[in-house]
Amino acid sequence: MPATTKKLPWQPFHRNDMLPPKPPPPATTGVLGWLRRNLFSNWWNTLLTLLGLWFIWVVASSLIEFALIKAVWTGEDRNACLPKDGVEVGACWAYVNAKFNQFMDGFYPADQEWRYLTVYAVGIALLVPLLIPKVPWKGLNALLLFGAYPVLAYLLLYGAPSLGLPIVETTQWGGLLLTLVIASVGIVISLPLGIVFALGRRSQLPVIRFLSIAFIEFWRGVPLITVLFMSSVMLPLFLPEDVTLDKVVRPLVGVALFAAAYMAEVVRGGLQAIPKGQYEAAQALGLTYWQMMGLIILPQALKLVIPGIVNTFIGLFKDTSLVSIIGLFDLLGIVQTSLADAKWSTPTTAPTAYLFLALVYFFFCYGMSRYSLFMERHLHTGHKR
Amino acid sequence: MSTTSNNTSAIASAASTDELAVQMIDVNKWYGEFHVLRDINLEVFRGERIVICGPSGSGKSTLIRCINRLEEHQAGRIIVNGTELTEDVKKIEEIRREVGMVFQHFNLFPHLTVLENCTLAPIWVRRMPKKEAEEIAMHFLEKVHIPEQAHKYPGQLSGGQQQRVAIARSLCMQPQIMLFDEPTSALDPEMIKEVLEVMVELAETGMTMLVVTHEMGFARQVADRVIFMDQGQIVEMNTPEEFFTNPQSERTKLFLSQILH
Repeated sequence: MPATTKKLPWQPFHRNDMLPPKPPPPATTGVLGWLRRNLFSNWWNTLLTLLGLWFIWVVASSLIEFALIKAVWTGEDRNACLPKDGVEVGACWAYVNAKFNQFMDGFYPADQEWRYLTVYAVGIALLVPLLIPKVPWKGLNALLLFGAYPVLAYLLLYGAPSLGLPIVETTQWGGLLLTLVIASVGIVISLPLGIVFALGRRSQLPVIRFLSIAFIEFWRGVPLITVLFMSSVMLPLFLPEDVTLDKVVRPLVGVALFAAAYMAEVVRGGLQAIPKGQYEAAQALGLTYWQMMGLIILPQALKLVIPGIVNTFIGLFKDTSLVSIIGLFDLLGIVQTSLADAKWSTPTTAPTAYLFLALVYFFFCYGMSRYSLFMERHLHTGHKR
Repeated sequence: MSTTSNNTSAIASAASTDELAVQMIDVNKWYGEFHVLRDINLEVFRGERIVICGPSGSGKSTLIRCINRLEEHQAGRIIVNGTELTEDVKKIEEIRREVGMVFQHFNLFPHLTVLENCTLAPIWVRRMPKKEAEEIAMHFLEKVHIPEQAHKYPGQLSGGQQQRVAIARSLCMQPQIMLFDEPTSALDPEMIKEVLEVMVELAETGMTMLVVTHEMGFARQVADRVIFMDQGQIVEMNTPEEFFTNPQSERTKLFLSQILH
């Protein structure tokens, strides 16, 4: 070999047999391995983990002590929940138990309770299969839920003397029943209305675009409390004297339109995220505007903004508690009113009541949140890597 | 707007209108101040395969996008299948039903399966029964050699496969004219061939095709006419043999010297 030949720092290489795929190395070594990697990887993370555990213990233990260990479960009146031998008791669940019916339905006549319970039962029977993707007949199901069910619910809740159902004025509605009525009507109205205004805001037609912008900006620019006061105090002044809008319908419309404005902006965000090519492909195939929107653009846009939509739903659900300010006894309103009852006046009555309220609101909001996460995963059609 | 120009005598047409798939007469278009299409006159005969090439920004994509009104022309007349393009939405939709388009970036609908992508327009636009639409879709998916992917989502396919689905989706409407807007420009080299093969097979069926592409091999193989555009105007138009071996315009010669090594 001549000394001048420069030796390559690498070896020429070629391959004729391709390597077969191999399984990845085992990712974890059981629970201990996971703990070690995620919680105790170094002294700083260990310290944070221990601090976090201590904090959880402090909060959870006092909550458990109050809500479960020291709680009073039964009793006829305040005497059951008064401090015993100078020792404070925990949550006064006996009070929630005694007031439970009122919390659920306000002043709905006791002998008519079956009516709203039937509405709940039918509602669940129609809603649950619609929410589970695998159940067939979605079209019929949706038609029943959004077409027939509202009529049934109205007849049962409000009454129809011709069918032997005595009228129950909306002023007698209250508690969780009223909260659910306002929230569900608000949700069902605000989503389609929001979509319409979102499309309107992106319309080529100046009049439609202007009206949409005006609507959205008006409702977004006004606090909900103002809307509710306006609807309950001002609206009757503007309307002719013989026109009386129902006391519940007024804030209901206010809440729905308010949520629709927010929904419109959420949906608009989704519409903006859809590439121009999707519009062009739909147009090139000869689809009409509404076919393009309904079949191509909105399904994708709405899927993108599920978190924002559910955010608005949850916000709307909690905002219904503001109607207690204008004298409606929704769940918050009725619970607060019951606190004035001298029969149950004890040091722990109010904390118990608010804990109960928090649990009920959390149940519904967390349920919506979990379902939206499930739906996001279910609708994902791209490459999962 | 477009009807204001009656300057049809500028090009005395030798062909009767039913032989013409597309007729463009003195078409002009501006993007704001920018004059993107200048005095375009073009007659496309039925069954003709036309390749349009030119540097980027020369208006070639805009030209074919005017044919199905994805872009609006501001002066001149465009007549497709004997129907003139105007503001009339019904006429635009009528023309779009007969004109298929394949895009550079495929533009498949990601929330629908391959089969649903193909059956959507026949079902909703042609009002075809679902079963019949699916049969036609499978027929064309076989034509583009991917019937086995029918139940996958576009996101699970390679670029070449997606573009072939896009071709099948257009064909399912059984159009009379097909427009291709740089169909292979977004593809890896290994996938360009499979798409071009499908396009050659389509050309052999006698489909009227207008293809914007830089694939000069394709132009030589199937085109009846090659059009070279620059600065919004048609610079040269000739048969592929003449166009490649004997270009007339200096601009064409320069362009060819840069793309043919």
